Amino acid sequence: MTVDVQAWRGVAAEGSEDLTADTTVRLRARSRALLGELMRPHKRRLTLAALLLLAQNVAAMAGPYLVKIGIDRGIPPIRDHRGSGLLTAVTVALLVTALLEYVTKRAFLVLSGRIGQAVLLDLRTRVYDHFQRLSVSFHEGYTSGRVISRLTSDVDAIAELLDGGLDDLVIAGLSVLSVGVILLTLDLPMGLVTLLSFPLLLWISAWFRRNSALAYRRTREAVALVIVHFVESLGGIRAVQAFRREPRNDEIFDVLNNDYRRANERAFKLVALFAPGIKLIGNATIALVLVFGALRVIDGAAQVGVLAAFLLYLRRFFEPMQDLSMFYNSLQSATAALEKLSGVLQESPSVPEPATPVPLLEAHGRIDLDGVKFGYREAVVLPQLDLHLPAGQTVALVGATGAGKTTIARLLCRFYDPAEGTIRLDGVDLRDLSEHDLRRAVVMVTQENFLFAGSIADNIRFGRPDATDAEVEDAARAIGAHEALAALPDGYATDVRKRGGRLSAGQRQLVAFARAFLADPAVLILDEATSSLDIPSERLVQRALQTVLRDRTAVIIAHRLSTVEIADRVLVLDQGRVIEDGTPEQLLTESGSYASLQSSWTASLA
Amino acid sequence: MSSPAAPHPVTSLWRVRSYLRPYAGQMIAMTAAAALAVGASLFIPLVVQHVVDGPVRHSDRSGLPLLGLLALALGVAEAALVFVRRWVQSYAALGMETALRRDLYTHLQRLPVAFHDQWQTGQLLSRATSDLSQIRRFLSFGLVFLFVNIATFLTVVVLLVRINLPLGLLVAACAVPLFLVSQRLARAYLAVSRRVQDQQGDLATFIEESAVGVRTIRSFGRAAHVGATFRKGALTLHDSSVEKAQVVSRFWSTFDLIPNITLALVLLLGARAVASGSMTLGGLVAFVTLMLSLSWPIDSMGFILANGQEAMTAADRVYEVLDTEPAIVDTTGATDGERGPGELRFEGVGFSYPGSTGQVLHDIDLVLHPGETVALVGITGSGKTTLTALVPRLYDVTAGRLLLDGKDVRDYTLPSLRRLVSTAFEEATLFSASVRDNLTFGRPDATDDEVAEALDIAQASFVHDLPWGLDTRIGEQGLSLSGGQRQRLALARAVLGRPSVLVLDDPLSALDVHTESLVEEALRRILVGTTALLVVHRPSTVALADRVALLENGTIVATGTHSELMETVPSYRAVLSQDAEVSV
Repeated sequence: MTVDVQAWRGVAAEGSEDLTADTTVRLRARSRALLGELMRPHKRRLTLAALLLLAQNVAAMAGPYLVKIGIDRGIPPIRDHRGSGLLTAVTVALLVTALLEYVTKRAFLVLSGRIGQAVLLDLRTRVYDHFQRLSVSFHEGYTSGRVISRLTSDVDAIAELLDGGLDDLVIAGLSVLSVGVILLTLDLPMGLVTLLSFPLLLWISAWFRRNSALAYRRTREAVALVIVHFVESLGGIRAVQAFRREPRNDEIFDVLNNDYRRANERAFKLVALFAPGIKLIGNATIALVLVFGALRVIDGAAQVGVLAAFLLYLRRFFEPMQDLSMFYNSLQSATAALEKLSGVLQESPSVPEPATPVPLLEAHGRIDLDGVKFGYREAVVLPQLDLHLPAGQTVALVGATGAGKTTIARLLCRFYDPAEGTIRLDGVDLRDLSEHDLRRAVVMVTQENFLFAGSIADNIRFGRPDATDAEVEDAARAIGAHEALAALPDGYATDVRKRGGRLSAGQRQLVAFARAFLADPAVLILDEATSSLDIPSERLVQRALQTVLRDRTAVIIAHRLSTVEIADRVLVLDQGRVIEDGTPEQLLTESGSYASLQSSWTASLA
Repeated sequence: MSSPAAPHPVTSLWRVRSYLRPYAGQMIAMTAAAALAVGASLFIPLVVQHVVDGPVRHSDRSGLPLLGLLALALGVAEAALVFVRRWVQSYAALGMETALRRDLYTHLQRLPVAFHDQWQTGQLLSRATSDLSQIRRFLSFGLVFLFVNIATFLTVVVLLVRINLPLGLLVAACAVPLFLVSQRLARAYLAVSRRVQDQQGDLATFIEESAVGVRTIRSFGRAAHVGATFRKGALTLHDSSVEKAQVVSRFWSTFDLIPNITLALVLLLGARAVASGSMTLGGLVAFVTLMLSLSWPIDSMGFILANGQEAMTAADRVYEVLDTEPAIVDTTGATDGERGPGELRFEGVGFSYPGSTGQVLHDIDLVLHPGETVALVGITGSGKTTLTALVPRLYDVTAGRLLLDGKDVRDYTLPSLRRLVSTAFEEATLFSASVRDNLTFGRPDATDDEVAEALDIAQASFVHDLPWGLDTRIGEQGLSLSGGQRQRLALARAVLGRPSVLVLDDPLSALDVHTESLVEEALRRILVGTTALLVVHRPSTVALADRVALLENGTIVATGTHSELMETVPSYRAVLSQDAEVSV
């Protein structure tokens, strides 16, 4: 049975990956700049590492040369009974170089490891902090999945290159270079014969590089599809099993799994051609040098020791080149990763912190929206909004989906800035407030309240990290959640597990509520905050809300009109405009949309 | 969930052999090719010896071309054999890995929900990806070269001994310190690299949390707080990685040092031997060249051993999953169920999660008559969702029994039971596939008319406005939908094909009032003639039900119509009556 992969996947606007030559150049420059920035603090250590590497290379290269001297000059004196002084000296020299190689190699590896890890630490924290600085609107477009892969697989790709090959690559390059020089100085004609292999080496390397770039990308794409399918089907295992999807999933997985296998096969075969290809060139060169060198020795143009050293060096010359095939992929993925990371670091927050913030010592909670216009890309959500909320007022926003309720809430939290007009808190434009003052004053609770792995107390304390256990408990008590939370297996110490998975949606929401209350903001925004509570809990929360909201400004968005009834004032929104404004009682007496909503709600209770 | 002590890592790796069996011939070919290639490369220095001791010594050019050709032939043979090994490997190793991955996936899909409750998907994923490649790498490379390297070492030592006995024995002796050092370092390396891996995992978890929870972090202005936590984790990882680099540095430098010292001694003693005539000059050259051909087999033994240990752990982790028996399978004698009237009967049903003693549900007795809609009402945590999951056997009852049309659900074959019972979950699960594929999830044979009807019932006509209509990809990798839209699609999926029993877990919670009433209207139509179990939080949805069952502390304490229970059962009133205490 064949499965058409594209048909079931459906159509989506894939991010266009085709880069023009122009942007490629720009990307290169950008990642080079980042690399330079990351390396700059380590300049001195890098110089030291380079010196160590050089010393190690010299020590390693000295070996065969010393062997040559030992054979050519050390043996004749002993044979002629003129003493073994030279041979002893050469042996000592060999031992010294062995030790030198040991020390320098070890020191280099430790030092380069330290530099590499310091760079990674720097890169990780830079990118992480930058993500935290970028605005919510950025995150909405970028998606958490991509944030995660930037900070995990992309950083890992660079890590892999740093500890799995970059120094080897440098060592390989260095030894190829120095061996080349030694070969040419040791015996120029033999060295020139060796150079004959160069065009072939270059050609096969270029061929491999070109093809493996393609094969590598295919492998990445194939494995990404395998992973997505795997994660989704196991993450949604309830649905999979309830709808008997297993056989079909098996079929799809088979196709993806085999695609991945084929892509891998291609990559493996390229190496299967490349590595022995290099070996073939190397071995042929050795045979050629052997014959040619022997002829020169016979002619008296060279000594046996030179030939021996030459053959030893030739091995060191060709071996590292085979390993290039292993580095190439990690080099490539690290380059790609660096390009993406440098792109993230270049993003500037669309909601920037003010250069000179206006201090807000004590927030009272008066909110003024004047001529606010806002939209997402083309779609205008709020054409022109004027709204004034005195401090301490509880305001309910009511309206159909898409009326702009959530947008207003997000503007008040400054997740976005308005396209036109101003939003002021106690007379200060939100754009002039420091992040710290703004977050201290305005807190939002949504239905997608997020819990972090840890205890319930930890999660409540997120609202105010320095709160004591007693204060945490008081906060829960204030919103009427104490009984429900204390009744959990370990009470407030209950581990909520990943994303609060151990708690029900309602329990999660109670925690989120307590957290917001503990933060004690002047302005509290509740966006559907009670939607997944069961009715007894909601009733508890609502009763608590009347006390909780007493001394602060509150903006409540709810589909359920029960939540609206505790408001001092109701605003009915339609397509970004306020169409009704008044106390719940006033609006009920009018025959507007609030009244009709209210009656349909009452009817549904019957 | 971390596995306890790995009991038999060697055994686990040994069990993988069944996946290698189809490739037995190829594995042998690979090993043979590797051994022959090494053999060919070893002969090249011997040719050199003959060149030096023959033509060069006697200034005899005539023997040279033949020896040159021999060296070339050996070189070509070596390259060709390397090619054969690698080419074969691309089939055998990947074939084994692919088959193992498929079996793992197939098995995981059949493990019950209770298993998946305990295992994070990431843990399972790392078994299906990195653990499998670890095994593949060892079996296709490490294992082959473990044998080849040992053989090489022995062969070279024999050749060296034949050239010069004392020197040959000296080289053989250097294997002892190398072996001891590599053993010790491999253990140190493994310990630190595993620690690095764990810390990487912890950091990744934290990254995931803060990426998904970015709005919460932002709302509370806690970027600095999480940043500090992240830095602490990254620093721990940094320290361990530096430690790892230190172990590695000891590793590699020692592996160079020992052969280098041996080389110095060989030169010292060899030169004297040549001078005293007990060894030829060509013999010394060949000896030194041969000796250097040992450097790779020696170097690589260190990481082959580490690789082998990693592969064993990996195999252990894979078999830990593969050995878990699916707890929910067809019982012997289970038969396909035909579509019946749809009577659902709970008889003394109880349930507790595996490994926990507390009962989530107990003594549930409830009958849903054919075509009847029963709403399940209860506060958060009273076990409503668990109860619904028992019907399609996502969990099995641990006490009592559950009958569909008079037959225990465990006596139906699973596919037939799950065809008769259709579920919409509280959290709508959508997959990265087209809208159509998401809808016909359990019924690939559904007609366009059936799809249209389901979309109509769920008020999900919005899908026609998506850029590619029903072909639009949704889910993580596609277009993102609002909570209400997701829920309506999940509802459409459940009602598609008119199941015999419909289980809806709070299907309307994410809808706004307007849409909710539209969906209710449509649902009312389909619920006529379909047996349905409805989890309900809102009074408005209760209206859809013929009867209500109140769940309290894991059991049903009252059944009746909504108005009956409102009048007679105070705790029901408390759960469902909104305005009891608030607005009055």
